[in-house]
Amino acid sequence: MKVLVPVKRVIDYNVKVRVKAGGSGVDLANVKMSMNPFDEIAVEEAIRLKEAGKAEEIIAVSVGVKQAQETLRTALAMGADRAILIVAADDVHTDIEPLAVAKLLKAVIDEEQPGIVLCGKQAIDNDMNATGQMLAALTGWAQATFASKLEIDGDSANVTREVDGGLQTIKVKMPAIVTVDLRLNEPRYASLPNIMKAKKKPLDEKTAADYGVEVAPRLEIVSTAEPEARAAGIIVGSVDELVEKLKEAGAV
Amino acid sequence: MTYTAPLQDMRFVLRKLCDLDAISQLPGLEEATPDMVDAILEEAAKYAGLELSPLSRSGDLAGLGFEDRRVTMPEGWKTVYDMLVEMGWNSPSASPEYGGMGLPFVVNACIQEMFHGANMAFQLCPMLTQGAIEALECYASDTLKETYLPKLVSGEWTGTMNLTEPQAGSDLAAIRSKAVPEGDCYRISGQKIFITYGEHDLTDNIIHLVLARLPDAPAGVKGISLFVVPKVMPDGAPNDVHCVSIEHKLGIHASPTCTLSFGDSGGAVGYLVGEVNRGLEYMFAMMNNARLNVGIQGIGVAEHACQDAAAYAADRRQGKVDGVEGSAAIIHHPDVRRMLGIMKSRTEAARILAYRAAAALDFAHRAVDPEARDRAQRRVDLLIPVVKGCSTEMSIQTASLGIQVHGGMGYIEETGVAQHLRDARITTIYEGTTGIQALDLTGRKILRDRGAAVQEIIDDMRLSAAELACESSPHGDWTLLSRSVSHAADTVETATRWLLDAGKETAHTQAASAMNVLELFGLSLGAWALGDAALAAAGEPAAGGQSDHAGAKIRLAEFYAQQVFPEALARLSAATDGASSVLALAPSDLHSVA
Repeated sequence: MKVLVPVKRVIDYNVKVRVKAGGSGVDLANVKMSMNPFDEIAVEEAIRLKEAGKAEEIIAVSVGVKQAQETLRTALAMGADRAILIVAADDVHTDIEPLAVAKLLKAVIDEEQPGIVLCGKQAIDNDMNATGQMLAALTGWAQATFASKLEIDGDSANVTREVDGGLQTIKVKMPAIVTVDLRLNEPRYASLPNIMKAKKKPLDEKTAADYGVEVAPRLEIVSTAEPEARAAGIIVGSVDELVEKLKEAGAV
Repeated sequence: MTYTAPLQDMRFVLRKLCDLDAISQLPGLEEATPDMVDAILEEAAKYAGLELSPLSRSGDLAGLGFEDRRVTMPEGWKTVYDMLVEMGWNSPSASPEYGGMGLPFVVNACIQEMFHGANMAFQLCPMLTQGAIEALECYASDTLKETYLPKLVSGEWTGTMNLTEPQAGSDLAAIRSKAVPEGDCYRISGQKIFITYGEHDLTDNIIHLVLARLPDAPAGVKGISLFVVPKVMPDGAPNDVHCVSIEHKLGIHASPTCTLSFGDSGGAVGYLVGEVNRGLEYMFAMMNNARLNVGIQGIGVAEHACQDAAAYAADRRQGKVDGVEGSAAIIHHPDVRRMLGIMKSRTEAARILAYRAAAALDFAHRAVDPEARDRAQRRVDLLIPVVKGCSTEMSIQTASLGIQVHGGMGYIEETGVAQHLRDARITTIYEGTTGIQALDLTGRKILRDRGAAVQEIIDDMRLSAAELACESSPHGDWTLLSRSVSHAADTVETATRWLLDAGKETAHTQAASAMNVLELFGLSLGAWALGDAALAAAGEPAAGGQSDHAGAKIRLAEFYAQQVFPEALARLSAATDGASSVLALAPSDLHSVA
């Protein structure tokens, strides 16, 4: 079985995000970028499937700017077998919308015929939480979102999902789209020998046009603003005082 | 505070100031392309920041256990050590023939700096193993190499350096440990002190490299041989070597500093490395790298101190400053900014010099042209005592200023920045004290070749000064920078001339001024390094965005030229006009009388 793992290059989780002057988006010039942490978890899960003998090949795919090949090299260094980069933007500030990404991934799936797609539940940059679901709709495959546990059982997968009320376990028929949540696993570090081997692994470079997919944005960004700064807190002397203050503030 | 590897500056220094492109074209280093190096540094930075750094404070607080001749490492250290081994970070530059990755020394320098900056007490262990690997790679027989190198390279076993004895510190000629031939090996007996990681529970075996004398060896330095003494014999039996105590120290609390006793029950089995009576020569050949590594260690700790102090100064609010609303973060107070400027500019200058020394080591080993190899080796030899001596002295000053920036909070252990000063304090002592580095610079590195290697660096400095004078991009005071690098070249040249003249008169005179010469070399070469950094930054395309990298480089160089470099002129005066007052001091002048 092949495993397809889409990975996104996003602003590093340690970087303090700043809005560009003029509010047209987030400032990404000269900012440290790295693999979306949820996608790292997806890569790790794919490697574990391979180590357990449930998968033969792991293909990492990324859609974005040319520099996303660094992100793919990270996936290869962790243990993916080969990578596909679909260059669909020249500028880091051009975000490719979930539907366009899903269409491109659908085209890759048609070519590669994976048995399962493991992707992050959302990217930490714009938190859309949509690509996996859209991809399931386009392919007509089963979807299992927010996975915190995954077991492959013959031609189906048992997936434990983190939902509002607790944990829900569902059984989906394969091939399936599984979007992974934070607690599924703890991604490994790439070892030095594997970083060096990753350079020799195949990385195919394609364009959106190669797949006949139009990536022009359908959404218009009206404005981007930083959240209001938190007001300073006050220390209260007792629970009674706390309740009183909350009432005054109209919070209870 | 957790350590964050300064990846941006490391990349900048590698690419723009150390010619990484040329290094990755040297035979055997073809894999170290800039993008590969980026990927390697990114992963090393993760391990340093997320794994090593959190254990530095807890290790400092917990210290070591010692019972029944065994050392217990602090909680969590074994796990993180196993990770180091598994991920291949133990000896990145070791030869692929024995399982190493064969990375350039200059790339390893970045990795070592990160690991030391994150957790110096931990990284001492791999550092010592790397030293042992180098000694064995260069001088051991094939049998010894095959037995010990693969496991030392991977980190499955660790290595130590057993030089010091109670009566033999800086003067190794006084070594007394004995080695008596027995069949194809030797029986070693004697006591070694201050042995870093001489005993620990991170690995099953420890490979000691031991200096000892054969019964018929000539007295002094020409009668010392080098031996491999494993803690556990190849057949699994314990060897006759034991840790009899560990030291209580000012810093590096989690690094076991051991007294090792060899031969309590008849003699530890040892295997000769290379030829008899050449041990000290082998040790000194290896010492270059070890000294470079200790210099880099100082830079790592200094970088961590800079990060902590800058973060605190941006957060702590005290008093008013014009132009700042309300209570100002102390980073806005000019004197705090001056302190942070000294810390950062000196750390970055030291980094450039250390990486340039490491890059020269790569060229010295691998350049195709023999003339280029020789020239690079001369550069390495000259820079090593400067990097070792000045980076470590700088690390103490930087850690101390870091405490000053924190004010009273810095003096309190709980804040965590006092540990930088306590840890850094050893770096000017081991692997040859700063005084020894100063004598090495003035004696072996300047006088021996009559200043030839220094002249080459002076020529490079003059070239940089000329380029700075021609630079015209905005935002830089290029006249100031050019003049400062030019003065730096003059300073080095004047000191060298004086040494060459004074050398004729008395060795005492040079010795009395050696330390001032070393310091002025460090300060002057630092001005040159930052001048080159400003030049390289000026050539960068305008970046925009959040960080003004180029602007910061230029301003730091200007700050150094005005605030730091002038000390070199005072050192020059003390060196060339002040030796007589040192020599005039009578020993009795230095005692207090009740």
